Amino acid sequence: MNALREAFSDGAVIAKRNVIKIKRVPEVLVFVLLSPIMFVLLFAYVFGSSILIPGGSYREFLIAGIFAQTVVFGATFTGAGLAEDMQKGIIDRFRSLPMSRAAVLVGRTASDVVYNVLSVLIMALTGLVVGWRIHTGVVDAVLGFGLLLVFAYAFSWVMAYVGLLVPSPEVINNASFMVILPMTFIANTFVPAENLPGPLRVFAEWNPVSAVTQAARELFGNVPPGTPVPDVWPLQNPVLYTLIWSMLIILVFAPLAVHRYNRVRS
Amino acid sequence: MDLMIEARGLVKKYGEVVALDGLDLEVRQGTVLGLLGPNGAGKTTAVSILTTLTDPDAGQARVAGADVFADPHTVRTRIGLSGQYAAVDEHLTGFENLDMIGRLYKLGKSRSRARARELLERFDLGFAADRPVKTYSGGMRRRLDLAGALVAEAAVIFLDEPTTGLDIRSRRELWDVIHDLVSRGATLLLTTQYLEEADHLADEIVVIDHGRAIAEGSSHELKGQVGGQRIEATVASADHVATAEEALRSLAVGDIQIGARSRSILVPVSGGTDVLQQALRLLDAAGVELQDVGLRRPTLNDVFLALTGHIAEPETAATPELAVVEEARP
Repeated sequence: MNALREAFSDGAVIAKRNVIKIKRVPEVLVFVLLSPIMFVLLFAYVFGSSILIPGGSYREFLIAGIFAQTVVFGATFTGAGLAEDMQKGIIDRFRSLPMSRAAVLVGRTASDVVYNVLSVLIMALTGLVVGWRIHTGVVDAVLGFGLLLVFAYAFSWVMAYVGLLVPSPEVINNASFMVILPMTFIANTFVPAENLPGPLRVFAEWNPVSAVTQAARELFGNVPPGTPVPDVWPLQNPVLYTLIWSMLIILVFAPLAVHRYNRVRS
Repeated sequence: MDLMIEARGLVKKYGEVVALDGLDLEVRQGTVLGLLGPNGAGKTTAVSILTTLTDPDAGQARVAGADVFADPHTVRTRIGLSGQYAAVDEHLTGFENLDMIGRLYKLGKSRSRARARELLERFDLGFAADRPVKTYSGGMRRRLDLAGALVAEAAVIFLDEPTTGLDIRSRRELWDVIHDLVSRGATLLLTTQYLEEADHLADEIVVIDHGRAIAEGSSHELKGQVGGQRIEATVASADHVATAEEALRSLAVGDIQIGARSRSILVPVSGGTDVLQQALRLLDAAGVELQDVGLRRPTLNDVFLALTGHIAEPETAATPELAVVEEARP
């Protein structure tokens, strides 16, 4: 129990340091905020203009998918941040201090929530500008955003582990692209999962990115009317399925990342 | 407790490469051990192991009374480390860097702030305390990094090549700081590839090469191992080098080293100023025009050459005698 308290109090010191960096290097923040705007506009106008959904608006259908994709991509920052700390040698200093072995990771994943909150906020505003609306109540909307952030937080532990594996920060973008692109495209993010061919369809239906997208769509009231109820359990219970995945990811990747941190040399 | 660092038979392999090959170290309380060796000798690996960053493949170690492998957390509460690359956060200010370290040492808010201010003043960084570190010069960053190792007033301080990459002036400044530290009773393990630095700062020196200690003792004792004095002469023109060598051969008690480019010649002799006078007469008789001549004690570089057959730091020929030795290599 003491170890857990230390992980959080030391983690808070590290998170504060990372947040100071966000303030001092606003260039990073600019890109963090510009890319979601670009995503929303590109997809809304390029695909949104040519794909029709019977009885609904493709643009509205799309926004939740872009939210999900953007927060998953946002996890790359966690990995890049850790890889950079390693390259700069500061991880060695932390590892020589009598601090919690989990603190650097707890602090990093926590401070990256700031990025995710900002990028979700910016995307929502951009969405509103291009015609996306929330058709449910405040509680559902808050739950929808909350769920996106929970999944984003969990996924940042995956990238934390990857960030400690790669030899330099430059590698992390390529490494994460290989994983994140299929994860976010073989899903119901941009097209309904039931239209995908055989194996891809199965992957998409069980893909947690589909579940978080489906959950957001339902909570924002963006499911086109008359859409058949999905016939797989994950998409029928997307909120629960997303929470289960988030928990599993943290349970697997947090210990892996801490284990790796204990051995890594910058 | 007299020994603050005690390591036995440390072995560390990275694949085929043997970084440490059975290294023993002992550092008494309040003394400075200089771990001296060229790049790749295993100095940083030794520091990594003793500061709990790396597990060895074999061996035992105790630091400040705690077992490094059985109880690393206790060791971490009693040590301060300043690594080879200034491990400071360049986006934080100097104050924020030290305050953060204080908090992680669990000094508490007010104590860690006070300590940060105090150290910034002591390291002449007070004027830049609230500036982001990325505006600091290399020397300032190193001083800040060193300050980071002292935040908790730890019993044992490890400095891994604290002055590598610094200019002469910053190096001297850092030496003063380290001197001050030692005078306050800290126990220090310092690695360096600068012979001059170990000579200047360390009570005891362990010369390490290929992961093994190849010699140890005080600077004085090590110099004693290579024997007596040398006459070093710089001649006015390169044509005179061979003549000078010929003239002084009768005085030499070992191999004469010649540096063609620097027009200098190094002759091991036995005896003192009488030999120097004799040498001057011989050179004069041979018609050698001299630019500079003197008698000097062997440097640690001579020690290294005698022990290993190669010199420690070919790229940092800061003093003329280093250049001489370098060029004398086959």
